[in-house]
This record gives sequence, structure tokens and C-alpha cells, in this order.
Amino acid sequence: MSTMTHLQRLEAEAIFILREVAATAEKPVLLYSIGKDSAVLLHLAMKAFYPGKLPFPLLHVDTGWKFREMISFRDETVKRLGLDLLVHTNQEGVKAGIGPISHGSQLHTDVMKTQGLKQALDLYGFDAAFGGARRDEEKSRAKERVFSLRSPDHRWDPKNQRPEPWSLYNTRKRQGESFRVFPLSNWTEADVWAYVAEENIPVVPLYFAKPRPVVARSGSLIMRDDERLTLAPGERVEMRKVRFRTLGCYPLTGAIESDAETLDGIIAEMNASRASERQGRLIDHDGAASMEAKKQEGYF
Amino acid sequence: MGAALKLAAPSPEVVIAPRAGQRALLRFITCGSVDDGKSTLIGRILYEAGAVFDDHLEALDRDSQKFGTNGKALDFALLVDGLAAEREQGITIDVAYRYFSTPKRHFIVADTPGHEQYTRNMATGASTADLAILLVDARKGLLPQTRRHAFIVASMGVKQVIVAINKMDLVGYDEAVFRAIEADFRATVASLGFTGITCIPVSARAGDNLTEASPAMPWYRGSALLPLLETIDVAPREAPDTAFALPVQWVNRPNAEFRGFSGTIASGRVTKGDVIQALPSGRESRIARIVTADGDLESASAGQAVTLVLEDEIDLSRGDLIAAASGARAGVRPRVRQNLEARLIVTGEKRVEPGAEFFLKLGTTLVQATVTGLRHAIDIETYASVPARGLDLNGIGVVSLRLDRQLGVMDYATNATLGGFILIDRLSNETSAFGFVLPDTSVVVQENEPAGALGRVLLRLIGPEGSAERRERLTRASWRLASALAVGGVVGLASGQGGAALLAGLADLVLRPLARAAHDAIWARVIERRDAALTLDGGGI
Repeated sequence: MSTMTHLQRLEAEAIFILREVAATAEKPVLLYSIGKDSAVLLHLAMKAFYPGKLPFPLLHVDTGWKFREMISFRDETVKRLGLDLLVHTNQEGVKAGIGPISHGSQLHTDVMKTQGLKQALDLYGFDAAFGGARRDEEKSRAKERVFSLRSPDHRWDPKNQRPEPWSLYNTRKRQGESFRVFPLSNWTEADVWAYVAEENIPVVPLYFAKPRPVVARSGSLIMRDDERLTLAPGERVEMRKVRFRTLGCYPLTGAIESDAETLDGIIAEMNASRASERQGRLIDHDGAASMEAKKQEGYF
Repeated sequence: MGAALKLAAPSPEVVIAPRAGQRALLRFITCGSVDDGKSTLIGRILYEAGAVFDDHLEALDRDSQKFGTNGKALDFALLVDGLAAEREQGITIDVAYRYFSTPKRHFIVADTPGHEQYTRNMATGASTADLAILLVDARKGLLPQTRRHAFIVASMGVKQVIVAINKMDLVGYDEAVFRAIEADFRATVASLGFTGITCIPVSARAGDNLTEASPAMPWYRGSALLPLLETIDVAPREAPDTAFALPVQWVNRPNAEFRGFSGTIASGRVTKGDVIQALPSGRESRIARIVTADGDLESASAGQAVTLVLEDEIDLSRGDLIAAASGARAGVRPRVRQNLEARLIVTGEKRVEPGAEFFLKLGTTLVQATVTGLRHAIDIETYASVPARGLDLNGIGVVSLRLDRQLGVMDYATNATLGGFILIDRLSNETSAFGFVLPDTSVVVQENEPAGALGRVLLRLIGPEGSAERRERLTRASWRLASALAVGGVVGLASGQGGAALLAGLADLVLRPLARAAHDAIWARVIERRDAALTLDGGGI
């Protein structure tokens, strides 16, 4: 019948989901977290509404601890594509001086990411928020719906999810409820990189290997992106050729030693790797089933 | 075992070159009764295919010590049972999607729950699957749940099944056991319309016949499971000879010069210049442009997300269909209907019965639907039609629906996108049922009306010929008449007066329905109030 490639099918499915939200939600927003999944999501959104503009703004929940290169990439992207970007930071968290180094990953993530996100969604009254999460990332995400219903206080109830047969999404919700929508649900890490290569999508340079200042700390290589990362006695900063497989708050994101300076290099390295993508994300390992717990509290 | 397969997921477009006509992606579902070992099978296949990363394997090792049901050995089920509740209870509650690749194919697996109360999640997994793996415990043979799952899988349109007869190690790898179950299965599902059935004796736990032929069962000459999945041909789910149709999803009008209709082509193929018809309005135009962000296309076909520009400004909005004009090309076209015959699988708490109202979503349309008749329920274990007054959670049956406006549809067997729908409870918004449009068995009102206004009125009163509505209304009318005659007769005989008999008969004819209506209305009010209370509490729904 149709001779679409695997990537073309994934693309068409994502475009369908993006349009479905734009048509049924009152006030959608695209959660833009700057990484490769966000880059692909944004690219798909631009395609879905072409030749029109995006019918929704982008929202970046800035924890204040993102890599500097992420922020400059974000601002360039917004300028290049003429996008409407909202940036929200949890000011209560800033006043309390919450940070990943002083308060640990769990509290920092909860206050600056989860609470910050909920504040922003409430502040603007968004009733549908796109995220770039994929089911292959993590076990509890494998059980996530494409249209994930959240209660008025943003909670996820994994035991009571609506079934999603075919590509029919039940978009009905009550006052105060909202959806988190995941157009990349069925993509894998390999699909994302193959699509980035095929479509020539710009991504943050941190994904490519180059010499960077890193500190070896509890089994991870942490990049010293600014002087807020203080060194413990005996620790020292060394230049190592590294890159990042995922991007988050810099003190919580482990680098990997790598020679992959190009997309082909990244893809080859990923194919040979025996470690999962999120291994470098310290927040995933805070406790058993910890992603599920975070998601129930309103994390993406 | 399976050493050749122990490589990490290869990059998609580079390594995978399926042979001509074979699809690069296979979506399949695993189902079966509780404890048949579905999650173990999937976990094991993921592991053998090299799709389990080292850090996940370490976590699995830790989890196996804590929750495992396999002694200290790796419990592969824990790879897929991702929710805390699932790990604690050792069962699968929700459908989990898993992604892996071998050098020959990409796979998306939906691992679905065995418990009856989670049937909807199993049906969801089946809705997009090309193939189903049904697990059967060799010690137990076919169970009621096996028959249920086979029926649901067939209902959802899956044509190809692999029956994995599992735990062969626990029956001494006995060929006779395998053959008996195979024969039983083939006989049981003979009426379900599967086009391909393959039975494989396996042991998910011991790894027999998963990636390579098991030395423990030399009597089995067929392919092991994973090699079969890599090479099996699956027919497309959709009929090949359908005409072009696209449900309008989004009207794209960035400025006064551009007005495009965005959507994903649900069936057939469209070419620039084709004459199209808007449904249900019937207005015609031509395709001026097929727009995508990668440039205009000359033609496009089912599955592609496009934006169509028409030559004329015709009235079209979200939910309408753009379809090939009649006579434009051979192929099955959508038909415009306001009454539907449909099979339902009930997925929610709300009872489906005559008079019940729902939202109905089909394609990109949301309409209101009233259940006008319940033809029969289906006993999911014997596959027999049985009379019923209503359908409850997990129930299956055939109903008549009346919509509040016309809709372009196809039979589900012809096209799942234009023939599959969901019913949504108007109070709780939960998804109440999955629906499948059936071929029209009745002649539809607007296409074959008896001449004259009287005929039309009569038809409206009693419903279209052969429909469940007509049967129900006629039955009800004749019962009312018989009841009135009986009451009149008894009163007449007792009193000996014709007048009293007539009066009593008339009173029965009029008063009894009134009393019934009042009684029903009071109950409806009570139920509504109870539902509203539940809604406010947020509980129970």
C-alpha cells in the first residue's frame, strides 16, 4: 500500500499528534528543554503547521543550572525560527538558594523542575503541554500514554490511564485537568539520531566530543561549566575529550569519554554502547521506581 | 544461546534492508492468561536480541533478588513490568511498549495484561498490531482467557497469530501435549478468520525455541520464535482497493492567501488535479496542491500527513472528510451515515444499553451518539450470540447507534481509521467502549425510502427494515397491544360489560407506559445524582 520508511511513519504519527492537540486544546504549549528530543519535537511541530506558524508558544523551565551552551543554543534557535519563547524559573527556589550541589539532586529537581513546571503551567493556564519523552527511555515511561491526563494538581495516575486504541485519542477533560502529550512516544534513541541526521536538525554542540573541563566525582565525569561547581579536597579539573548523551542540569549530568565529533560518530558509538542513554542522568537513580514517583508528582 | 543476535540495536536505515515487499517494522502483541509467562518471554527476547543495556541488566539483577519469582536467577518479567504496583504484585496491569531491532527488522512489542479486568489494555495493544503471540501454558492447555484473547485479537483486526505453547520444560518436552493443544486451538478459533496460525513449543524461562531450534525438542521442525518474527510476511491491515479519504484535522490558514486542510490520509491515494468530494456535505472540488514542509507532492497515499489545498472555496472544517468523488476511481468509498451498526468492546464503567448517550469519536470527528438497540451480546468464551439487556465492562456485543449528525465511515474490516471509533462517557469523560463499524445489514433510510410522506413517517416510527430499532419497536408495540387485549379481555369476562372491557384495555394501553416512564425517570434522577456525587469526590470513576 504505502512505501513509507520507518522514520517517515514515525514522523507522520508525530505530526498527527501535534495537530490533534492544536485542534482540541484551548491553550497548548511546547515544553522545550533544548536537548535532542526537544530539537526533533520542535522540527516536527514546524513541519506539522507549515506554511503556518506554530499555533503555540515554547516554554523553557530554567533551573538556573543548565549548561551555558544550552542557553545560547536556545536563544539562537528562537531567533532563527522566529518563535515565541516563555522562560520560567521558580523564584521561590531561587530565593531559598536551592541548587543541585547544596541541596542534592532530589530536592533540586523537585523544586526547580517539577514545581517550576507546575507554576508555569498554572501561571499561563496551559491545558496541554507537549514533551519530548520517549517510551524507550525508562520503564515507567514505557507505560505512559501519548495523551497523558493530569489532575488539576498535575498528578499522574498510572493505574487509571485511558486506553488509546488505534490513533484515536480521547481528548475530553474536565475544568482544571490537563494533558501531557508525547508525540515521540514510539521513537527510540536511534530513531532520534537517524532523524537528526536525515533532516539536518541543529543540536546543542555538547552532544559532540571535544576537550572539556571535567571533574571525576562518584563514578561520573562532571563538567565544570562555571565556578559554582566547587571542588572537594583532592578533586581537580582536567581537560578530557568528552560528550553528553543526554543534557540536563550540568552538575547532574555525566559526560562520557568519546571521540565522536560528528553525527555518524555519535550513531556508531551509540550502536556499540552497552549502557543506556539515561545512565548519565543522576536523578533517575534516586530510588527504586523513582521516575514513576517523580512523574506522579507532576514531573514530565 | 543466540550469540549471533547479541548485538546492540543497529542503526535503522543503515543495517536493515528487508527483502522486497517485506516491512521493515513489525508491531506485535503478546497475550495470554495470567502466569502464562508473557512478560518473561518478552524480557527474554529483548535480552537475547541484545536490547537490554548493561545498566538495566544490573538493575534487573538487583530487582530479581528483591521481587524475582525465579529464585536468585534473572527474572526477565521485571524488565517489562515497569510500574511499582506491577512489580509488587508480580502481574502486568498496563500495556507496555518495547522497542528493539535485529539486523532484519525493527520491532514494537506491546506486552499486555492477562487479567480479565485489564482487557481494554490488551485490546489497545492489539489495535495497532500486525501479529499476535498468544501464550498457552502447556500444562493447562486452552483456558477461557485464551479464547477471550483470541476473540479480541481477531476483533481488532489482527489476522496472523503465533501460538507459543510455553513451559514445555514442565511437561517433559512431550510432543503429544503440544499436538493436542495445537489441534484444540485450531478447532476453537476456526470461525475467527485468522489467515495465518503458527504453533511453536517453547520454554520462555529455559530459552527453548526462542532464538534457535531447541535440542530438547528435535520433533519440532519449524522455526524458532525470533527467526519467525524476523521473516514472517504480514498482510496489511487495510483492504487494498479503497478510495482516497482524508479526515480534516486542522484548517491551516496563516494568511488570507493560503487555506489548507491538514490531515493524515486514512485510505487510498490522491493526486494533484483529482476531483474530490467533501463529506458529508457532498460538495465537489479539485486538489490544487498537496503541501508538505518538504515541498509540494504530485501524489500521496495512506499514512502520509499532508495539507491539501482545493481549487474552490468550499465549506470544510475539522471532522469532515475529503474523499475521492464518486465514480472518480474504482475502490471502496466512505459512505455517509447517521445510523450505525457496530460491534462494541466495553472498556468503561458505564453500562451500554438502549437509550444510553455517549460522545463518539471517529477519525477526527466528535459527535453525540445514542444507543438505539442492542442486538445481542457475544459470549466471549463460546463465541455464541446471546440475548442481553445491556453490556458492562469487558462485555462485547452488537448495537445500533443513532448519531446527532451525518458521518463518513467505512466498515472496520475495510479500514480501521474510518471504521474504528471510541465511545466517551459524557459525565466522566472516560473511554466507555471501542467500536467497530459493521457492514450495513439494513437498507438505510435516505437511500431507499418508501414512496410518500406516510411511508416516511411510518419508517421513522418503526425504524429501517431489518434494523434492531425496528425489531425492538415492533416487539414493544405488539407486546403493548397483547397486554391491553388481555387486560380488556379479563375485565370484560369478569364484568360481562363490553364498555368496561374497552375502558380497562385503553387504560392499560395508556397508563402503564406513563407509569413506567415516571418510574424510569425517577431512577435516572437517582443514578445521575449518585454519579455526580462520585464525580465530585473524584472517587470511583
